Amino acid sequence: MAYKIYLYILVMAGVTYLIRVLPLTLIRRQIRNKTLRSFLYYVPYVTLAVMTFPAILSATSEIWSALAAFLIAVVLAYRGGSLFKVAIGACLTVFLTELFI
Amino acid sequence: MKKSVFLKGMKDGVPIALGYIAVAFTLGIAAKNAGLSALQSTVMSVTNTTSAGEFAALGLITSGATFLEMAATQLIINLRYCLMSCALSQRLDHKAPFWHRLLIAFGITDEIFGVSICADTPLSPLYTYGVMSIAIPGWAFGTFLGTVSGSLLPARLLSALSVALYGMFIAVIIPPCKKNRVIAVLITVSMAVSAAFSYLPVLDQISSGFRIIILTVMISGIAAVLFPIDEKEEAKNNGI
Repeated sequence: MAYKIYLYILVMAGVTYLIRVLPLTLIRRQIRNKTLRSFLYYVPYVTLAVMTFPAILSATSEIWSALAAFLIAVVLAYRGGSLFKVAIGACLTVFLTELFI
Repeated sequence: MKKSVFLKGMKDGVPIALGYIAVAFTLGIAAKNAGLSALQSTVMSVTNTTSAGEFAALGLITSGATFLEMAATQLIINLRYCLMSCALSQRLDHKAPFWHRLLIAFGITDEIFGVSICADTPLSPLYTYGVMSIAIPGWAFGTFLGTVSGSLLPARLLSALSVALYGMFIAVIIPPCKKNRVIAVLITVSMAVSAAFSYLPVLDQISSGFRIIILTVMISGIAAVLFPIDEKEEAKNNGI
């Protein structure tokens, strides 16, 4: 059984690495097409926004603490807080909110 | 100079590692329930570094799925990394040695991608290596801890730490909104549509992995056609 689990791990690691490595190694030149360039320029913003909301709301044990963390993080980020500061600010908000709820 | 880029990466890796420890901890607990040893779950985390993919894999291992099913599931769940890899391909210096691409590919997770795309263009591989050197051990360590002892971290602390990653995403996408209206609108629309897809009947049947891919392609595609950017503007808005 143990060896079979390692085989499973090998298969999943292989597939996941291929997904990550193929575009990065196959697309080695600058893309000139303006629409395609614009598309790739917008991709990170859209992906990260879609991944953050509403998933953040179900990440904690209380929806209210998550909502508070979301708002605090947006304010901190808007004011130019570093990655670390915003992340810790969100964590602290959850911790404090859940102490009082 | 080179050293400082690597150190900057390590510093940005710290909040990622904190969030990873929280998420990986719960993954470790699930791994233990699925019958994996601490060594097995840690090896899985080091070689895969993908939370959704690993959670799904545990379910498949428990049910004794075939290797083909495992491969197909990973392909579907992790397909979003393909889009991220495409976007990153345009940020790297195309004259840099090829092997950097092989190593950086290993580090394409939602979070490491998020901070890398935010760094100066062309992206220095050293920056991403710095992030990976802190974040990936955090992921592995969290998995190990969760498997060995499911009750080591109090629930309150886990709950607080689990928003660290989202906080980071917000820190990456919000600042550019101040300079660029299109991006501000784009982010608002993305979040609203994502919420609709999560809560509305029928649409809520779509898995989160597919939701991310469908919405990214759709919304970025529409934005690219409506608001094409020229290279000057792209250079000006550097850092994501």
